[in-house]
Amino acid sequence: MLANLKPVWIVAQRELRDQLRDWRVLFPLAVLTTAFPFLMMVMARGVIDFINQYGADLVIDALVPFSVLLIGFFPNTISLVVALETFVGEKERGTIEPLLSSPMKDWQIYLGKLVVGVLTPLIASFLAIAVYLILVSRLDLNMPSAGLVAQLIILTTGHAILMVSGAIVISVQSTSVKAANLLASFIIIPVAFLVQGESVLLFWGNGRTLWVALVGVMVLASLFVRMGIAHFQREYLLGREIDTLNIRWMWVTFWRRFLDGAHSIGEWYRVAVTATLRRLALPTLIMVLVFLAGGWLGYDQVTLNAPNALKDVSSLAELRESVATIPAANGLGEVQISAPFIFMNNIRATALMFLFGMLTFGVLGILVYLLNAGLIGGVLSLFAYFGVSPWLLFSTGILPHGLFELPALILSGAAVLRMAVALVTPQTGRSMGEVFIDQVADWAKVFLGVVIPLLLVASLIETYVTPVILKGVLHW
Amino acid sequence: MIETNDLSKQFHDFWAVEGVTINVQSGQILAFLGQNGAGKTTTIRMLTSLLEPTRGWARVAGYDVLTHGNEVRASVGVLTEQHGLYVRMNALEYLDFFGQVYSLSPQARKARSEYLLDYFGLSYAAKRRIGEYSKGMRQKLALARALIHEPPVLLLDEPTSAMDPESARLVRDEIARLKSSQRSIVICTHNLAEAEALADTVAIIYRGRILMQGSLDELKDNILGSAEYEAQLAEAWTPNGLTLPEGVTMRQLDGTRLRFQVEQPREANPQLVNALSAGHAPVVAFQEVPRTLEQAYLKAMAEAQGGTYVG
Repeated sequence: MLANLKPVWIVAQRELRDQLRDWRVLFPLAVLTTAFPFLMMVMARGVIDFINQYGADLVIDALVPFSVLLIGFFPNTISLVVALETFVGEKERGTIEPLLSSPMKDWQIYLGKLVVGVLTPLIASFLAIAVYLILVSRLDLNMPSAGLVAQLIILTTGHAILMVSGAIVISVQSTSVKAANLLASFIIIPVAFLVQGESVLLFWGNGRTLWVALVGVMVLASLFVRMGIAHFQREYLLGREIDTLNIRWMWVTFWRRFLDGAHSIGEWYRVAVTATLRRLALPTLIMVLVFLAGGWLGYDQVTLNAPNALKDVSSLAELRESVATIPAANGLGEVQISAPFIFMNNIRATALMFLFGMLTFGVLGILVYLLNAGLIGGVLSLFAYFGVSPWLLFSTGILPHGLFELPALILSGAAVLRMAVALVTPQTGRSMGEVFIDQVADWAKVFLGVVIPLLLVASLIETYVTPVILKGVLHW
Repeated sequence: MIETNDLSKQFHDFWAVEGVTINVQSGQILAFLGQNGAGKTTTIRMLTSLLEPTRGWARVAGYDVLTHGNEVRASVGVLTEQHGLYVRMNALEYLDFFGQVYSLSPQARKARSEYLLDYFGLSYAAKRRIGEYSKGMRQKLALARALIHEPPVLLLDEPTSAMDPESARLVRDEIARLKSSQRSIVICTHNLAEAEALADTVAIIYRGRILMQGSLDELKDNILGSAEYEAQLAEAWTPNGLTLPEGVTMRQLDGTRLRFQVEQPREANPQLVNALSAGHAPVVAFQEVPRTLEQAYLKAMAEAQGGTYVG
């Protein structure tokens, strides 16, 4: 194992030496490490003073964790710039070929570059955080707890791995440094959203939710690393020269996979859709298990929290009245629950699952899926709390349309899961673009050929059949 | 040794290399000649196991490029089209880095680096940043990198481009020395004189396909036809009644120069000289017309492009 890691260290050493000799890397890192914490303190004071003019009662201590997050984040942005040109920059300078012609394995070269890409800015980030915390202690401000500091440090590490691994993926797939820089927005924008979300959690969340976010960030970061290694191919680095977006090729690749050689709708169902469904067998099984786990989690959480949250509510009728008083629920009663409404709602949910999954290697997509399962479990638990048998409710209020809706949801989730797995699995001789387009085509087959028809039938049943059964059995 | 059969590479719908079959034994040099974009670099990259062949196979130093990529790369020293030097390192650091990459011991790295820098006359600049090197110095250092692990196979893309005549001579001498130490060497070059001086066999590649390959003499015979001899005359003379031996054709360049194309010089030339003498031709000199690789290459290229070579 150690012998295998030695080449990683050889590459890392060279990269590190190169970075430490480049003033264009060192200068911004030094400024962000030493000057930014002071600047942040001054700005925080200014903001607090400004807001307090208008009658607020804020103290600068409240901004300390947020400031730590930002101070740790900014040196990481340098890592993005460096990592973006790691491979494609070497390709442009012609230095990559001698390295690729060496007997080192792909993953060793990749990891060597990744390690330094992450470590350098991370050390700067930690130094900047340390400088800031020293400032905080000198100014007699409230120090964040050790647990929170640990969370912030892990979060900063996660950001560094996420950005560097993402940037290296772009660097490997790009044909020029210019193209890589243009693609940087695919990292900057999601990470900016992520930091905003984390800031919200810092201000209004609790430690537990922040831990969940941390796990999410780390899972995403490790998936990026895995994907980077999976799609790092010597050939791809040297074989690609063209910089233009080949929409025609993309469309032809998609259409070929989508049709799978079929010439009629019947043949398409028999050949293309069936083959895709067969490929989805294992992911479907996994998603069934995930669905059961999500449902159980939702059921369990509501069972756990309902006695406390609903201690003043004694019946379902009272609950309905109490919900109606919530401002956000105003107008809910006026919504016409029609078949098109339900259909569109479910289409939106499955499409969002795909969209989120596509951008996050399935993580957010599966989270949306889990949420749906959890909601069902939660609703069953809520009714159980008021004495309605969950089995009876499930078989009368969910199962009639669920027979169609749940398979649609599970298949959508399975397609997202398969896409994620395909993206992080080595695919010899195929580019990441080809793999991605194939997966989108597979998803489209399932969505158009199976999910939409199933959801259409489900919406009709939910509108016209389920209410009748509920009325008949539960007398609602 | 290097052995390929029907080696081909397709990028989307474009065949960059098609059906390349070569065999370079130990102690032999093959020169690849061809225009820019003819497929030389792609072939070299397949031989280094950097690009996967679309069709055919290649074995380098006994290893299959498809299944034993790492072993192939460990056995090959590559001089790439671009020098590929890290400009913020000095020469010693650079060679030491690649020595580590090829798993040489610290002592071996030091010894090899010092030897190569000394051989190529770079010792005086060993601790200078590579960014400060001239083009020729960079080329020499890149070559030193390719040789750091003493590989049994060398793939050299334009080994003497950008070098001054002395340095180019030095590199050619080194290549010749490497050949004598039983290495298999492939050179891609536009320098035809260099190819002629170094290569045992030459392959002319055009649009991804090998037009012709063989020893220098075979290539010249095949492309330029049989050998030509010229008789220089003291004064104008008309060859009326001259009986030419079998397999000899004649053309008169001007009044004092006659050219003979001879299929079997060993048998025909003595008869030809006798015939000239018998016909009282005032022959001052009789010598073979030099046929260069450049002539052969240009003719092959002109014909491949549907044109006619005017030599």
